[in-house]
Amino acid sequence: MKFVGVTSCPTGIAHTYMAAEGLEQAAKAAGHTIEVETQGSAGFDSLSPESIAAADAVIFAVGVPVRERARFTGKPLIEADVKKAISDGPGLIAQAVAAVEEAAANPAAAQTGPPAPATGGLSTKVDNQASVGVRIRQWLMTGVSYMIPFVAAGGILIALGFMVAQLAGGKNGAIVVTKQYSLTGPPVPNPTHIINIVTDFNPADGMQWAALLFLIGGASFGFLVPILSGFIAFAIADRPGLAPGIVGGFIAFTIGTGFLGGIATGFIGGFVALWISHWKVPKGVRGIMPVVVIPLLSVLITGAILILVLGRPLKALTDGLASWLHGLSGANLILLGVILGLMMAFDMGGPVNKVAYTFATTGLAAAATATGSTNLKVMAAVMAAGMTPPLGLALATTIRSHLFSEAERENGKAAWLLGASFITEGAIPFAAADPLRVIPSCMLGSGVTGGLVMLFGNTLRAPHGGIWVTPLIGSPLLYLLAIAIGTVITAAAVIALKAAGPGPAKTELDAAGLAEVVV
Amino acid sequence: MSLITENLVVLNLDSADRHAATRVLAQALAGEGRVTDLDGFLADVRKREEQMPTGLPGGIGIPHARSAYVTEPSLAFGRAPAGIDWGAEDGPATLIFLIAAPEGGGDDHLKILAALARRLMRTEFREALLNAPDATTVVDVVTREVVNP
Repeated sequence: MKFVGVTSCPTGIAHTYMAAEGLEQAAKAAGHTIEVETQGSAGFDSLSPESIAAADAVIFAVGVPVRERARFTGKPLIEADVKKAISDGPGLIAQAVAAVEEAAANPAAAQTGPPAPATGGLSTKVDNQASVGVRIRQWLMTGVSYMIPFVAAGGILIALGFMVAQLAGGKNGAIVVTKQYSLTGPPVPNPTHIINIVTDFNPADGMQWAALLFLIGGASFGFLVPILSGFIAFAIADRPGLAPGIVGGFIAFTIGTGFLGGIATGFIGGFVALWISHWKVPKGVRGIMPVVVIPLLSVLITGAILILVLGRPLKALTDGLASWLHGLSGANLILLGVILGLMMAFDMGGPVNKVAYTFATTGLAAAATATGSTNLKVMAAVMAAGMTPPLGLALATTIRSHLFSEAERENGKAAWLLGASFITEGAIPFAAADPLRVIPSCMLGSGVTGGLVMLFGNTLRAPHGGIWVTPLIGSPLLYLLAIAIGTVITAAAVIALKAAGPGPAKTELDAAGLAEVVV
Repeated sequence: MSLITENLVVLNLDSADRHAATRVLAQALAGEGRVTDLDGFLADVRKREEQMPTGLPGGIGIPHARSAYVTEPSLAFGRAPAGIDWGAEDGPATLIFLIAAPEGGGDDHLKILAALARRLMRTEFREALLNAPDATTVVDVVTREVVNP
């Protein structure tokens, strides 16, 4: 018979290899063949998918959890402590032979799910022997690395949409493009000015091209939080983590928790899936674990925790913040600007950011009817403060590139355009990978910028658009100065915190990991 | 690079317990400059040993650690004719291998230790070490089997 095996141990320099040798000797003596993947510290050569597919059974002789365990789904499995393979290799081989024979006699009970993935598969860079802190970082980095293409595609498309709208629609183009186009039918009751560009696309109308770019970009952004969450869970629990992670992330996105909520659902989904997949279940149930039981329960539990446990406090938080902000309206405008700036950068699209942004856009609607120049200043401060996080990080990756991973440096290039277009999400990959250093740095820069805009008295009549709505900004040069100052402050803070932080070796590791995952 | 030298071979190890025996072997490593902080290294080995004693059937003990105090992958070998309890079910250990790996360490270095671990499973290798008349023979056996196979 043909077997494959995995051996591992806590230190990864002795037992792993002795166990592999023990299994190989025992298999040979019994007239079988076995290929063993040693998940030790001398790297590990993965078993080829062909070897796994050809194997009659799988033997795990392990002291730490098997990496990428899902590759072996569907095979009869013998799992034992690593020492067992050293002291009694022949016994394990005999168990594997028995398992194969049993599976042949009773295929329904032994079949343990879908076949192993044919090639390569998705990968993570998680080292199970690393410390908790390093592993948390590796989980986050895995999520971020899969999210980055969605940020880049979505962000650049939205920015291009604004540019084309500016060209085709004049100075209000960047406002119109966000409001008057849709991919589904006009809502009921029908505000007639909404154009469905699926059914009514007019190639001669430049604004519709702008809307096309904007809507596709928006669709891509819809995946940011689900993908981040899904692949954090994947890094934690391997394949079983994907469903609860992605679904949890989508709910987080839908109820407006932003990327911090997505990180939470990634961890919840990952650990719930990991926990369920370690249940000891009777043989009859084992077959339906990976296809029914784990997805069903992990998705249900993750979604329910998010909605029932986190949902209400979150709503209370946003309501509280909103009424607190309205209470501040009469107070010192510069202080209000600083606070709005801090809020914009805190979670970049999450609840706190949304409260500040909604506060500004609601004010804008009121200003359309009244002469509320204060409301226009608030909008100006909010937009400027939302531009500095990606700009500051783009600057930091440009002048101190060695502090960032390869993927972050690439993302930094796109972040210039995203920041300039008031797409704060451009900073999320940085913030999700290293929240404790990046978020405070962004808040510092945005807070200063928000205060400066109020001090300069800039006004803005557009809810969105970044530099593409410059014609609508009062005193645009001072406005750009406020943004530039915040950008430099954020960049300096990030550089200072990162330089004082993890050693170069760790940054190197992350860089290698990301490059491999992304490329 | 040499995994083991004659100074790292102790043919008459008569320590009272596994911790004392480990210390004797670690002192040999420190004497060769392969371990920079004896107590720091011993603490790392002990941490591993406390997770689960490293005694194995057939009378061998393999205390080991990856440690920041190790300068190069090294093996210190001890033979204890009287046997020292190493936590294995089938009795005390007579062959003790103290394996020291540097914390960082490139793959090539670690591969040598992987090869060593695999050899420990071979009866001929163990017997050659058990019957070696002197330290030079031990070094020769290890070098022939592990370093230049």
